Amino acid sequence: MTQYETVIGLEFHAELKTKTKIFCSCPTDFSAEPNTHVCPVCLGLPGVLPVLNKRAVELAIKAGLALNCQISHLSKFDRKNYFYPDLPKGYQVTQFPLPICTNGYLIIKDDAGNDKRIRINRIHLEEDAGKLVHSGTTIATSAYSLPDYNRAAVPLIEIVTEPDLSSAEEAKNFAEMLKLTLQYAAVSDVKMEQGSLRCDVNISLRPQGQKELGVKTEIKNLNSFRSILRAVAYEQTRQTEALDNGERIIQETLTWDDDNGTAFSMRSKEDAHDYHYFPEPDLVPTIVEQDWIDEVAKELPELPQKRKYRLVDQYGLSDYDASTIVNNPVLALFFDRVLYHYDDPKTVANWLLGEISRLVKSSEEEIEMISLKPDDVAYLLTQVKEGAINNNSAKAVLEEMFQTGKEPDAIIKEKGFAQISDTSALQDAVKAVISANPQPVADYRQGKKQALGFLLGQIMKATGGQANPQAVREILINALDNE
Amino acid sequence: MAISISQVEYVAKLAKLKLTEEEKIDYAKNLSAVLDYMEHLKEIDTRNVVATTHVLPLQNVFREDVVKPGLPIKEALANAPDQQDGYFKVPRIL
Repeated sequence: MTQYETVIGLEFHAELKTKTKIFCSCPTDFSAEPNTHVCPVCLGLPGVLPVLNKRAVELAIKAGLALNCQISHLSKFDRKNYFYPDLPKGYQVTQFPLPICTNGYLIIKDDAGNDKRIRINRIHLEEDAGKLVHSGTTIATSAYSLPDYNRAAVPLIEIVTEPDLSSAEEAKNFAEMLKLTLQYAAVSDVKMEQGSLRCDVNISLRPQGQKELGVKTEIKNLNSFRSILRAVAYEQTRQTEALDNGERIIQETLTWDDDNGTAFSMRSKEDAHDYHYFPEPDLVPTIVEQDWIDEVAKELPELPQKRKYRLVDQYGLSDYDASTIVNNPVLALFFDRVLYHYDDPKTVANWLLGEISRLVKSSEEEIEMISLKPDDVAYLLTQVKEGAINNNSAKAVLEEMFQTGKEPDAIIKEKGFAQISDTSALQDAVKAVISANPQPVADYRQGKKQALGFLLGQIMKATGGQANPQAVREILINALDNE
Repeated sequence: MAISISQVEYVAKLAKLKLTEEEKIDYAKNLSAVLDYMEHLKEIDTRNVVATTHVLPLQNVFREDVVKPGLPIKEALANAPDQQDGYFKVPRIL
């Protein structure tokens, strides 16, 4: 049996977080009634001129910097010609020979858990197509289609990797790292289920050791990490079986059907793409000087890879804890904000991943929606550290803060959680317990040190658990030894 | 640079044009003449000429990212041959 090696390249489309479309001033939010965010430019009416959205260029540069790309000094737009009703002009404005970013990379984990550098060939700017609503349940059973052009000309970046990935797991790891990086860079909403991040997979097999690439197929319509995993596995099996049977793989585009776990062919071979690209005469070239790149770079926050190194190397968090925090940008920001007021990363991580995550989970809210304030959490942790309240009370206070949004101090007072550290109050309690328990006291004085635990327990009980255990211990030992 | 009938048919298909047999012959002749004329460009030595990206001496023409009202839906759909529920209505295309 021939052993095959899998070769995978990925293409992503990410909608940029701009307020307006790429070449006109129509809004980009997609919850509107059909065809209400359109104008003569994005409808492709005759006699109009597109004008490039500066912010779209900046976000593309930002994505390029986040993905370690070179930013092109000169880029320009081209027309990609094809007829489909989701494309009002009969062509898509995109970038062909001179994209805005080239030669980037992202580091991911390979199947053995080692770092692997995946090269990014290019990032180019382009416009999105409209959406087709079909009259039937599928396009094949529909009598007609209903285009909605609200999404037409929403700015996109297309990110194309080199064929550096060799397994379904790696493809998924790359997709996750890319999503996270774009999320930190605040370039795109990257919601796969809503289509603001879309992924296509190119996959081919070749006998192990062979240099030339095999014939590839392209799978479209992957709208979750899970479907990337499943689609690659499916196509690996299909191509292996075909090659083992001596069949030839046909270069074609497949659509992933997530419900049935299969991929089917979209276009037959004779309709092979021939887009007759040519330069877009209505748009002038874009020149990006270094000072503009520097300006955009200032907007970039610390990116996930670096952030994780900081948590592990500088703060000594475990790899797992660091990943859990970094993989959720909202959690990561919360972590940093608490840390700003309370400089003990391990304690902050423990509370964040323990109690706070538990509360978020049970409330079924997204962490970005919660009313908990990082400086309040820092204050609460400080109170614990200083012995003003104990750990269990702190958990109760946190829950109350989480539910009501009240400040920790108010809750501590209201619920009487403050630990008794006041020496005179504690001394009274200690005296009372000593005189009520002559036998254990005598035992302790004769050297039975375990009697101390019993006496401590009695004092904690007498003070309703609010005594500061450390302070009680000191006072008790002092009283037993000296009186 | 002769353009064959099958090349004419291919380009017509991409452009979704239906041509008669006479038109195909006619286009093959005309397109060949256009391309033959363009062949003259090859006579010029362009080794030291930077590729033209645009004929206008302009660059970086941008708009700010500010929303402006577009077309009311009635106007947007005014020229549509057919419409339904605020959508354009088109034949299905597989």
